[in-house]
Amino acid sequence: MSNYIKLIALGLVTLFAMIGTNYARDLAYQVHAIIVMIVAGGLFLYTLRRTDEPKVAAAGLENEYFDSVIRAGTIATAFWGVVGFLAGTFIAFQLAFPALNFEWAEGLANFGRLRPLHTSAVIFAFGGNALIATSFYVVQRTSAARLWGGNLAWFVFWGYQLFIVLAATGYLFGSTQSKEYAEPEWHVDLWLTIVWVAYLAVFLGTIIKRKEPHIYVANWFYLSFIVTVAMLHLINNMTIPVSIWGSKSVIVWPGVQDAMIQWWYGHNAVGFFLTAGFLGMMYYFIPKQAERPVFSYKLSIIHFWALIFLYIWAGPHHLHYTALPDWASTLGMVMSVILWMPSWGGMINGLMTLSGAWDKLRTDPVIRMMVISLGFYGMSTFEGPMMSIRAVNSLSHYTDWTIGHVHSGALGWNGMITFGALYYLVPALWKRESLYSLRLVSWHFWLATIGIILYAASMWVTGIMEGLMWREVDANGFLVNSFADTVAAKFPMYVVRGLGGVMFLAGAVIMCYNLWMTVRKAPAKEASLTVQVPAE
Amino acid sequence: MELYTLLRQFADSWMLLFLFTFFIGVIVWAFRPGSTKAYKDTANIPFRHDDAPAPSQGQPAANKEARA
Repeated sequence: MSNYIKLIALGLVTLFAMIGTNYARDLAYQVHAIIVMIVAGGLFLYTLRRTDEPKVAAAGLENEYFDSVIRAGTIATAFWGVVGFLAGTFIAFQLAFPALNFEWAEGLANFGRLRPLHTSAVIFAFGGNALIATSFYVVQRTSAARLWGGNLAWFVFWGYQLFIVLAATGYLFGSTQSKEYAEPEWHVDLWLTIVWVAYLAVFLGTIIKRKEPHIYVANWFYLSFIVTVAMLHLINNMTIPVSIWGSKSVIVWPGVQDAMIQWWYGHNAVGFFLTAGFLGMMYYFIPKQAERPVFSYKLSIIHFWALIFLYIWAGPHHLHYTALPDWASTLGMVMSVILWMPSWGGMINGLMTLSGAWDKLRTDPVIRMMVISLGFYGMSTFEGPMMSIRAVNSLSHYTDWTIGHVHSGALGWNGMITFGALYYLVPALWKRESLYSLRLVSWHFWLATIGIILYAASMWVTGIMEGLMWREVDANGFLVNSFADTVAAKFPMYVVRGLGGVMFLAGAVIMCYNLWMTVRKAPAKEASLTVQVPAE
Repeated sequence: MELYTLLRQFADSWMLLFLFTFFIGVIVWAFRPGSTKAYKDTANIPFRHDDAPAPSQGQPAANKEARA
């Protein structure tokens, strides 16, 4: 019966997308309509072929975890990671060598179009898939229950991939609402909302039917990430489409309120997507890899509440010296500085989990990766509050220092903890004895680390230089440097930054090879361990 | 009183008080007597059910403490 409803819905969506293809007011919308038409039409045929077939009994599933969707999630994470790093490395060289903005690809693959593609690919495609996959893994293991909602988890996975494809093609063809990290236009936002509600339902449903009396701290972080991102996404994307057949929409918030809401969103995308969610990863995978429980569970509770109570206020520090009232930007600055404490509390909690097992750092490159991710987390959560102080911000804002800061957090903290989680997950999910090669993990570790250091160091130099050149005045009070002077002065640092990106990308490619070979070649785990032991 | 002033006054009086006491309450709760023992158990959750969910009600709870 449900298949008939599905067929009707899919048929209507396909029809709507066909009409949209015809009436589309802009190229991006037309491309999206074609993608939706193909996907919905394909699903229609797929469902049709399975309608009125005898049902296969799905008994006994409650006794095993729902891991197939997580396996797909780890593959998607690795794939989008490489795509995102490649795009980032390419646009880094576009900045160093403008000739790479090819004439023939103008308006499609120039820096302005590729830059949001890069940020969304790494944050939402790589990071988002990592978060969805690991949260499904962690919530099942720590709730001792199978994922709630049956195939809804597959809907979340494929729905999210569709969102990524729609967002990415939208950027290339020029559909953007020009809000950082929230570039997708209204129709893509609506789709993400549906997927996200399904994600929340699966996650929360699993927590509700848990068999453990307590909700493990990692799930608190994941849940706060899911709920807060939903709230941020809805409020920052309150737009009215100009036409149902076009991409363009108009935001309902006026002027400075819109700017404030955008950075309330933007900073909490960092705070809840890239921090709270990844802290959920940290609180599960570091104890697992170190084989000891978290250093202090009390500290983890205080860490959680302090972090979510403070992060939500930090946004205004993106709007120093703007039309935003001073009291608001001062509030954001003060909250950002206070935020340093819970951030470091969490870092210490993660690092101290290794106390008594520090020798593992010598033998296990995976744990080394996780530890250096915490190191970068500590470094960028110190740098962030410092840069939010108004006086520092007057030098650092609009310069490459900001880009360096973001990347030491994103490559160092988010990237490294995700790599660590992938190295843990792949052998666990494919039931392998161990990774294919620890030597290759070491190679990945050093390539990535040196790459990040090249990146961050060159951006510090160029950012501070840029800030100082912009504010330099001569004896008569005239500015000494033109903007083009700073661009010319930055060339060597841009090349170094690009090389750092190449190294980071090379490390990720090595990881993909290693994970692939782990699935293909590594010895399977002893049969006696994989076969379920019947409950006595 | 217009809406902005009303919300602003509420935000920096009662709401501020509520959030602050909630936060202090969380800290007090985390350090309540007996919490060390309870959290020792909670912190070990990741090491219990690596391979399969816990058996559902009716079945006896087996290998509850199977540590990795």
